[in-house]
Amino acid sequence: MTIRGRAWKLGDGITTDHISPGRFFHLRSNLPELAKHCFADVKPEFAASVKAGDIVVGGQNFGLGSSREHAPIILKLTGVGAVLAKSYARIFFRNAINSGLPTLIIDTDQIREGDELELNLATGQVKDLTTGVEMIAPPLPPVMRTIIGDGGLVEHIKKHGGLKLDG
Amino acid sequence: MGKTLAEKILGSRAGRDVQAGEFVIPTVDFAYAHDGTGPLTVQQMKAMGLEKIKDPARSAIFLDHASPSPRLEHSNDHKLLRAFCKRTGAILSDIGGGILHNVVSEKYAKPGDVIVGADSHSCTQGALGAFATGMGSTDVAVAMAFGYTWMRVPESFQVVLKGNLAKGVYTKDFILYFIGMIGANGATYKALEFLGPGTKNLSVAARATIANMAVECGAKAGLFPADEQTKLFLQEHEREKDYQELAPDPDATYERKFEFDLSRIEPVVACPPFVDKVKPIREVGEVKVHQVFIGTCTNGRLEDLHCAAQILKGRRVHPETRLIVALSSRKVYLDAMRDGTLQTLIEAGGIVAGPGCGPCVGVHEGVLADGEICVGTQNRNFEGRMGNPRGFIYLASPATAAATAIAGQLSDPREFL
Repeated sequence: MTIRGRAWKLGDGITTDHISPGRFFHLRSNLPELAKHCFADVKPEFAASVKAGDIVVGGQNFGLGSSREHAPIILKLTGVGAVLAKSYARIFFRNAINSGLPTLIIDTDQIREGDELELNLATGQVKDLTTGVEMIAPPLPPVMRTIIGDGGLVEHIKKHGGLKLDG
Repeated sequence: MGKTLAEKILGSRAGRDVQAGEFVIPTVDFAYAHDGTGPLTVQQMKAMGLEKIKDPARSAIFLDHASPSPRLEHSNDHKLLRAFCKRTGAILSDIGGGILHNVVSEKYAKPGDVIVGADSHSCTQGALGAFATGMGSTDVAVAMAFGYTWMRVPESFQVVLKGNLAKGVYTKDFILYFIGMIGANGATYKALEFLGPGTKNLSVAARATIANMAVECGAKAGLFPADEQTKLFLQEHEREKDYQELAPDPDATYERKFEFDLSRIEPVVACPPFVDKVKPIREVGEVKVHQVFIGTCTNGRLEDLHCAAQILKGRRVHPETRLIVALSSRKVYLDAMRDGTLQTLIEAGGIVAGPGCGPCVGVHEGVLADGEICVGTQNRNFEGRMGNPRGFIYLASPATAAATAIAGQLSDPREFL
């Protein structure tokens, strides 16, 4: 599967509070409404101008903080096709897999704001079409590939009637 | 081959011998969510076509993040969650019951348990020797419905503690110091195992402050052995039968080893806006403080209130500073009322809010104004954490918070003892 879109560049230490600010806590049951405030304090223009397939590019420890699964879910709802970062916080990473949001680990230093990116999720290949830089992300462990392959944890459970993670 | 605490606990619940790096499907002893993450848990259970909970007595919903409800949206969430508990038989801890992690520690968590909570600070129960970790709402929905989850057995870091904390210095100072040293992603994915002679004198409450913040350096769990302190805690909470001794094997394999002399730790703060921007108070300089907040799942226990009350007794909160106290559970609220602690805090000029999470997550009861500075005992100081991205939060021990409330500026508690 190929994803193509513009890079939205963010720095190190992007927290779940950046993705989904705490002051919109009351909207958590209303995910489409919550998605309108995605990155409200670090990229106020993001929610209004993000396009389907666009790619969020972070630095170290992306998604640190809260366990709120709302963070990857609203990224998906805004149309974001994938997240690229040097490293992720554990809970965000797991939640992203469960939500079916592709999260790749690569060195993002060479990617610039607005660059056109193309990702091949099957091979982990990331191409920066603007600069010509190419990189490969390490593959996910089989368990995570199974969940992502089924379209997230909800679809996995619907398909198998429980966790079926062998191999 | 020797086992770490993480390998022992996850192996026992997976029903086989396991080692770090393996994927396992352990049974879950307790699963829980709150009013922020619970509605999504309910929604995802429905989306998966699941109606029943495997064991309602081991599943719970806590109404603590917006408690009592400050807005209609939260009220409707509470209504939904109360109905869910009624329908499924899950335990409901309604408003005033307290903060989820603290109530789970008091009433449900046992040494050797696997516990999953839809809140990042679910690692708090590691203080009791439980493998407890934070997950998302969908993972918790699966754990509630099937009574199991999937996990990769983490590699562990051994953190050996020696010596005793000096007067005026607390486990909050230690864990902030540790996070400052290792960094906010220094232990990403690992289990931290706190061992050694220095743990013997740390109560479960003091351990809980450390275990609670394990996630702030990225860890999956922060674990203590189950020992005499654990037994004492369970006795105090009338659950002595839940005790079992638990320790890692002497020849267990650790990915990294650290050793600290607790007597050398001094009062520190984490400066805004990151938990790992840790400095000794003496190096921070003059910081005028508008709000002091004592409470949360990190430091809202009776022991924490006693630290603060010891400093605030017979003194007054600075006229340009406000002191907000919110306790961790109904039991703590009652105990602090009975022993006069609440009176001391109120006489000093503080306001005592009901047990809950409100100020810490920026929902209500203490949202900062633009440019305001708060010194709080919570576990996070991220931009916007207390409801305003233009507010600034320093994290500190309850003693530092109390000293700061009196002085109106960031202060070393040792000057007030």
